[in-house]
Amino acid sequence: MTQTIDTKTVKHIATLVRLGISEEEAQTFSGQFSSIIDYFKMLNEVDTENVTPASDIANAENVLREDVVKPSMSHEEFLKNAPNSERGYVKVPTVLGEE
Amino acid sequence: MQLHNLTIREASELLTSKKISSVELTQAVLQRAHDVDDKIKSYVTITDDVALEQAKQADERIAKGENVTPLTGIPFAMKDCISTCGVRTTCSSKILENYIPQYNATVTNKLADSGAVLVGKTNMDEFGMGSSCENSGLFPTHNPWDLNRVPGGSSGGSAAAMSASQATFTIGEDTGGSVRMPAGFCNVTGIKPTYGRVSRYGLISLASSFDCIGPMTRDVYDCATVLEQIAGHDPQDSTTYQLPVPNYTKDINKSVKSMKLGIPKEYFVAGMEAGVESSIQEAIRTYEKLGMEIHEVSLPNTKYALPVYYLLLFAEASSNLARFDGTRFGLSVSENAKDVIDIYLQTRHEGFDDEVKRRIMLGAYALSAGYYDAYYLKAQKVRTLLRQDFELALSSVDILLAPTCPTTAFKLGEKTSDPLEMYLSDIYVVATNPAGVPALALPCGFSNNMPVGMQLIGKHLDEQTLFQVGHAYQQETNWHKQLPNL
Repeated sequence: MTQTIDTKTVKHIATLVRLGISEEEAQTFSGQFSSIIDYFKMLNEVDTENVTPASDIANAENVLREDVVKPSMSHEEFLKNAPNSERGYVKVPTVLGEE
Repeated sequence: MQLHNLTIREASELLTSKKISSVELTQAVLQRAHDVDDKIKSYVTITDDVALEQAKQADERIAKGENVTPLTGIPFAMKDCISTCGVRTTCSSKILENYIPQYNATVTNKLADSGAVLVGKTNMDEFGMGSSCENSGLFPTHNPWDLNRVPGGSSGGSAAAMSASQATFTIGEDTGGSVRMPAGFCNVTGIKPTYGRVSRYGLISLASSFDCIGPMTRDVYDCATVLEQIAGHDPQDSTTYQLPVPNYTKDINKSVKSMKLGIPKEYFVAGMEAGVESSIQEAIRTYEKLGMEIHEVSLPNTKYALPVYYLLLFAEASSNLARFDGTRFGLSVSENAKDVIDIYLQTRHEGFDDEVKRRIMLGAYALSAGYYDAYYLKAQKVRTLLRQDFELALSSVDILLAPTCPTTAFKLGEKTSDPLEMYLSDIYVVATNPAGVPALALPCGFSNNMPVGMQLIGKHLDEQTLFQVGHAYQQETNWHKQLPNL
């Protein structure tokens, strides 16, 4: 019943989370992921019929406030950490590819 | 008198009676921080200039007698996942190695307002992902009690800095034991407060529904003092309670006689180091002598806490860490990038170490179509059961006592090759975070010359009882006063 997470699946997940990955890494992770996921399967022992999933941890109240504009960080300040910017914008290469 | 070894309470008395100045105290602590850091490597950044400037301001406050708090003039160190405006905040990750926040976390602001003095930012497992501080993307930290051993994690730098007297108190962050487990390994006191008691604004998120900022100190009294300054409602964090913060030290001396102490039987199973078990049993006897009633209780779902915790953590971390994409801040690797996706792929490949990559991917896997019900949703259901376990156990007793770890600090490199083996070292500390309850870790003995930690677990928002019961123990014992030879 051991479900092995093969290297193909590892590479697919890496693509989903936008993580570059080498062949060697995919192989290492494949083995590690399989043993971790197998360990997690012990949760199947627990009867959770009629159990509500936890969705909050503390205050289950809505917190509302007036929608008013307040001063926030300036463009100039924000862009201090941006690796590349132009005319007050963050600059990146092509976003929409040819596909 | 060695100024760097003072507790907050002792230092504050000397400051307010003008026997010492904050500048003197800060210089002594900075000196100590630099002197031993080559060996221990607690600090990512030591902020000499900021500290001396803040110390000067604190001395002015004290001279004028204006707005003096128990932390005014006291030097502290902050875990490097909490934003400090103008001071590098790395999360011990290469992806944030040169990141300088443009704003303060609420905790940073509160400590600045109270007059505390920032001496530096401490090392951690990258983004809090680890139990030994070896997953730091920058360098590992060493345990001050044995330099060949780990300080625990993820707040390993904060624990080691406290233990080695490189600060008068430190701030850690506990997502699944990250304050308590290293506190136990390094012989310091630390608290994971109730979820929602301390603002997370400006904390770089690991798992938003678990993350709790908490102080690490020489003793319980100091811990109560710091928590009182950093707790409270914050409009910037909608999960904080809109309740007043109690005076945590007011009733700390109250007798614990006739209070009920619960011992969860599931925490005393095979695999615990003999010296850990005997130290815990001795602590229980101490409480018996103090007149507490000892009751065995059951937390039947304890063995499921680890998979619940890790599954949900992976899922939350996977989405939280999506923000590190190399375009707006932090590391950006863009050589030959033909489109923006290439920047994401390259930056994240180079910027994250293996444990972070594993968790991001496993989180995405647990959340993906086809597996969501089997893993994520299942874990959220068992989380409800874990919470009910604590509610039921704490309805018959006032407080629970358990070890913080089955063993004392392990050797560097001992568990790095097997991620699952490393996760298992968190077995005693993870359950409280999915349940949200507070827990206080404190020293309770030594096993083979290494410190042993225990934790007291309380009801939601009942930090006062934790402090009262913890303080009573420290009035009877001297474990917390033991310092490493450096």
